[in-house]
Amino acid sequence: MRVVVCAKQIPDPATEYKLEPDSHWLVRPGEQVLDDTDRYGVEMGLQLAQAAGGTVTLVSMGPTGTMQGIRQALAMGADKAIVVDDPELRGSDALLTARVLAAVISREGFDLVIAGTESTDGYSGVVPQMVAEFLDVPALTYATSVQVGDGSVTIHRQTNTGYEVVEASLPAVVSVTAGVVEPRYPTFKGIMEAKKKPVETHTLADLGIPAEIGQKVTTVTAAASRVAGAKIEDDGEAYLKIVELLAQRKVI
Amino acid sequence: MASVWVFSREVDNGPSTLSLELMTKARDLGEVAVIYVGVGSDAAFATLGEYGARKVFHFDPGDHLVAAPVAHALAEMAQVQAPDLILFGQAYDDRDVAGRLAARLGATVLSNAIDVGLEQGPATTSHEIFGGTQIAGAAFTGPGPYLVLVRPKSFAASPVGIAAPQVSKQKPAEVGRADARVIETHIEEREGPKLEDAAVIVSGGRGLGSPENYQLIEKLGKLLGAATGATRALVDAGWVPYAKQVGQTGKTVKPEVYIAAGVSGAMQHLVGMKDAKTIIAINKDPDAPIFAIADLGIVGDVHKVLPKLIEALENR
Ligand SMILES: Cc1cc2nc3c(=O)[nH]c(=O)nc-3n(C[C@H](O)[C@H](O)[C@H](O)COP(=O)(O)OP(=O)(O)OC[C@H]3O[C@@H](n4cnc5c(N)ncnc54)[C@H](O)[C@@H]3O)c2cc1C
Ligand SMILES: Nc1ncnc2c1ncn2[C@@H]1O[C@H](COP(=O)(O)O)[C@@H](O)[C@H]1O
Repeated sequence: MRVVVCAKQIPDPATEYKLEPDSHWLVRPGEQVLDDTDRYGVEMGLQLAQAAGGTVTLVSMGPTGTMQGIRQALAMGADKAIVVDDPELRGSDALLTARVLAAVISREGFDLVIAGTESTDGYSGVVPQMVAEFLDVPALTYATSVQVGDGSVTIHRQTNTGYEVVEASLPAVVSVTAGVVEPRYPTFKGIMEAKKKPVETHTLADLGIPAEIGQKVTTVTAAASRVAGAKIEDDGEAYLKIVELLAQRKVI
Repeated sequence: MASVWVFSREVDNGPSTLSLELMTKARDLGEVAVIYVGVGSDAAFATLGEYGARKVFHFDPGDHLVAAPVAHALAEMAQVQAPDLILFGQAYDDRDVAGRLAARLGATVLSNAIDVGLEQGPATTSHEIFGGTQIAGAAFTGPGPYLVLVRPKSFAASPVGIAAPQVSKQKPAEVGRADARVIETHIEEREGPKLEDAAVIVSGGRGLGSPENYQLIEKLGKLLGAATGATRALVDAGWVPYAKQVGQTGKTVKPEVYIAAGVSGAMQHLVGMKDAKTIIAINKDPDAPIFAIADLGIVGDVHKVLPKLIEALENR
């Protein structure tokens, strides 16, 4: 089974995110990390490929930089990576991103594409569905569990009131929630091997896709902010302050 | 007059509250047609009329997963009827349909909007970024239709009470290999008020330490007649169902009082609850970000503060 995992490199969420002054694009340092959201996709892909016998290929769009995030995913066990890096893709919207990912995926060939439900830095939450449409396959979305059978895939799809069991034939796209599986930590051996795994790099011209972006950020302004109230250290009696405030607000 | 379509997914035999919010906004922007997805009923269509729908396109995809059959049919309709703007809610089926429709039309979709404008030229949107500390204004740059996903509770739903809309039944498209089937539906039981509508909410985070301790949240919730919520950390760990998740990818809530216990206050949690009128936080870390928006912050251990609070309320 050919499993493709869409995985994104993002600025380390532990650092403060900044925007570039005129374009308002997110500042992306040379060293980016694997989006935590996509660690679940990588793990799911590895487990399914192992069970069915197959390969895991990473597909990623964005500035490659030091490739740290890609290497993280390779160190977990993915076989190879295909990266699309082109200055014209800066400020890309979900549509162009999905077009690019789908073009790479269909060139490569696939049985199952796995993505996260939403990325940490962009959180448009529509890229997997768009990729599925470009590939003309179903998108089984918001999966909390995934099972691959003979030519078909079945998921538990998270809903507002519980879950649905959804089934489709392969090939398909599946988007997974955080928590679908427990991502492994790369082993030392994995990290060493990752350094030698193949990483293909493409530009937009290689894919024959025009750099059309249908949106722009025009302004960024400070939001009206809340003013914090009293902060008190619990001395064993702090609960009384809560009771008092609840009474004031007529909750009790 | 501009033509605005609003996507409405059926919930509990009627249009979702989120779609009524969108219709209320859409009325200010142009003439409203609603894409209604579900079994449908006269009562449901009447509600759509009350909130300003002039036309209703009704789809009932049965046990097919909604996205592809509805998106493909909509793409054809949109090419003929050329709506200026199509509004969706930031919700699961909405996202699926919007994404597929956008790809099919080659149209951009903007997600997580909290406001939408449609005057001369391309539509404009506003988005909260960095946990709601900043507002980004965005604009489409190409031709329409403009597809926008709007966060819940961005607009207050209010009826206008116009005549019954003109309802047309639409056929979901045959989508061949892009089809998926819903073969089972599981509904989890809920106790107490609905999270989205509750006046008081008690939420727990990882600081509770173990799944059993979520009972403290439930006990307190019961005493206050409150709904109970949680951070994504608890949902991912399987302690509580997703229906309880508050935040960017969960529910957006605006209660009178929100109590956060053992919640750090990550950006993605804050965007879902920061508009609560009064916020009370209990966290043992004095530097936890939740304190920056709390009206009352208790620096303390939830395992000590919550039992005492519960006892005090029980004794009242
Ligand atoms: C794309 C994306 C979407 C997301 N969407 C959401 C969302 O919708 N909702 C959401 O909630 N999160 C969401 N998250 C996750 C979010 O980033 C945080 O990881 C999550 O909110 C943290 O949950 P927490 O506060 O329970 O856990 P933690 O961040 O681990 O915080 C636990 C807190 O408990 C405190 N604590 C520990 N022990 C005690 C004790 N004994 N007494 C008192 N306090 C104690 C600690 O000081 C700490 O502040 C999303 C993340 C991403 C990337
Ligand atoms: N630039 C990208 N490169 C690779 N995968 C991506 C990219 N953008 C989005 N994705 C995939 O789509 C998922 C959802 O992202 P988004 O729609 O941007 O919230 C992510 O978790 C990834 O799996």
